[in-house]
Amino acid sequence: MNKKQRRWRNRIVIALALFAAALAVEQSGLLATLFGTPGDVYASFALFLVPYLIAGYKTLLEAARNIRRGEAFDEAFLMSVASLGAFAMVFFPDTDPHMAEGAAVMLFYQVGELFQSYAVGQSRASIAAMMDIAPEYANVEKDGELVELDPAEVAVGETIVVKPGERVPIDGVVTDGTSQLDTAALTGESVPRHVEPGAEVISGCVNMTGVLRVRTTKPYGESTVARILELVENASEKKARTENFITRFARVYTPVVTISAVLLAVVPPLAGLGPWSDWILRGLTFLVVSCPCALVISVPLSFFGGIGGASRLGILVKGSNYLELLAHVDTVVFDKTGTLTSGTFNVVAVHPEAGVDPDYVLSMAAHAESFSDHPIAVSVRAAYSGEIDREKIDEVREESGHGVSARVNEHLVMVGNDKLMTEYGASWHDCDLTGTILHVTVDGAYVGHIVIADVVKEDAEAAVADLHAAGVRRCVMLTGDRTDVAEAVAARLGIDEVRAQLLPEDKVRAVERLLEDERDGARLAFVGDGINDAPVLMRADVGIAMGAMGSDAAIEAADVVLMDDKPSRIASAMCLARRTMRIVWQNIVFAIGVKVLILALAALGVANMWLAVFGDVGVAMIAIMNAMRCMRVGRD
Amino acid sequence: MRKSFRLDEIDCANCARKLQDELAALDGVDAVSVNFLTQKLTLTAADERFDDVLDRVVALAARVEPDCEIVR
Repeated sequence: MNKKQRRWRNRIVIALALFAAALAVEQSGLLATLFGTPGDVYASFALFLVPYLIAGYKTLLEAARNIRRGEAFDEAFLMSVASLGAFAMVFFPDTDPHMAEGAAVMLFYQVGELFQSYAVGQSRASIAAMMDIAPEYANVEKDGELVELDPAEVAVGETIVVKPGERVPIDGVVTDGTSQLDTAALTGESVPRHVEPGAEVISGCVNMTGVLRVRTTKPYGESTVARILELVENASEKKARTENFITRFARVYTPVVTISAVLLAVVPPLAGLGPWSDWILRGLTFLVVSCPCALVISVPLSFFGGIGGASRLGILVKGSNYLELLAHVDTVVFDKTGTLTSGTFNVVAVHPEAGVDPDYVLSMAAHAESFSDHPIAVSVRAAYSGEIDREKIDEVREESGHGVSARVNEHLVMVGNDKLMTEYGASWHDCDLTGTILHVTVDGAYVGHIVIADVVKEDAEAAVADLHAAGVRRCVMLTGDRTDVAEAVAARLGIDEVRAQLLPEDKVRAVERLLEDERDGARLAFVGDGINDAPVLMRADVGIAMGAMGSDAAIEAADVVLMDDKPSRIASAMCLARRTMRIVWQNIVFAIGVKVLILALAALGVANMWLAVFGDVGVAMIAIMNAMRCMRVGRD
Repeated sequence: MRKSFRLDEIDCANCARKLQDELAALDGVDAVSVNFLTQKLTLTAADERFDDVLDRVVALAARVEPDCEIVR
């Protein structure tokens, strides 16, 4: 509790004590003996006025101020009118005096408001704690001494020192030292990451074991941690449709209830349906529930909590609207490379001809490919365990996208696909494995082939299964690969549909066609690695980029950013989005339901003011507490 | 120009919403958002008259929500 809240609490406690005393005096019959009847009614009026004013003077002042500004539909005003109205029942001697009720309404209201203020303070504190990944300082070496500087003041290219237990303040490259980094705050991944000289480090990670020297590669403002904080803070500005609905609802709800209250207080007695006092009291009860606070606070709080909770799992959602859309996704389209597969190639098999050593095939291919940076060449070299002696290689020629030829140890080696083989009239045969096939000939004789395939990510299969379990109707894979390769991967992972042999520009069209199939407000999410797929990311209802640790392009282009490259996070994000929407709707239905119920009961004369005050502050508190659940996410 | 300011003592979400509506209607305010949860006011206005607009925003806010202070 802050100072203001503590003073508020003390005021309420004093008022409560005085209220209890007044109640005791009234019940004892002391007033009647002292002042007689009807004098006792006025005496108790005066008695209850004291705690009433102590507890509620601020609210009364605020109400008066609002009236001067011509702003009548205000909670303070309505509560003042309602409670003063209850006091004014003193002028209707034919009913029970409602002084106690008037004072109690104000007291109860104040207690509720205080609790509400406290709950909001708590939620703000938990949000702040969750966002507490911002580094406070950076250690910069100046003339052999360490100086603590504001991270924003550190220039690019300076060397900073990160000690164990400290947060990496700025993105950079390790120049000295080895350590383990805890990246959980950024990625939700609990396994620490090993770093050594040359490794990139991302700000926001916690250094666990050794001292690191880091050369900064970005200013603080462009470092990962600053960008994440900015993203999450701005996310609440992109409002979800539900939020806009609540805002519109709030604008009409209060005037409607207030006008109904006036009508309820005036029309029936004029029509001769009962005494004025009865209907005025019902109208006052209406006023008490006329604030839509429960909704106005809890709905944005739920979204904010959901976005905050997601960020702890390493999922950045760039707006409440995307969280809402994500909850309605029934089609997930993957761009294969970089999402389901790691985008690196591996040699999966070497099939030599009879009598040829497999190492010989690999060695020849590795030598011929030794000058190429193509991912396939890299994978062949990675698979070859021996040394590559570049002295022995000459006449290297790229064969127009079909392969390479080179002279290795005076032997003419050709490495390439079936087209290259056919072009040079070499005999070759196909393979029963799917993947990219590299045929190898030495001096025109076929020695065998190497099968290379994209490496499927470990959790890709589980990711697709999780999505199906989460209610995703179809998972579609887009790829530029050959159909048979694509279908083999799809079958293994449980993908429902495949669009293969696509050029990059075909992918937008493929997604557009899939979008046309979406029915009944169902949404389509596209998952890419953020490289070269910005147009598709934008075209989809929800664009998800993954593997974004340190990739600005991905963070820029997507609506939802996965910090690490695990496809299983997509299902986590969807479950989280759905849970958030469930909580949002629970609050909406609960708050509106209780209010409407109380309004109905009040109109019938069944509900009293106590119940109405609960309908106002009680409902708001319950809704806030429910909304706070959005923030709680389990880490794996 | 777009700038954020801290809002102290903004207590009620409905008040924040009303404050935002009133501030948005001010002349010279291109966009304004009052974030109840993060206690932040974000103001967008033309560069050359930003300070002038901000003065009027602060003045109006003080009238609408006297408890709440815009920390410049």
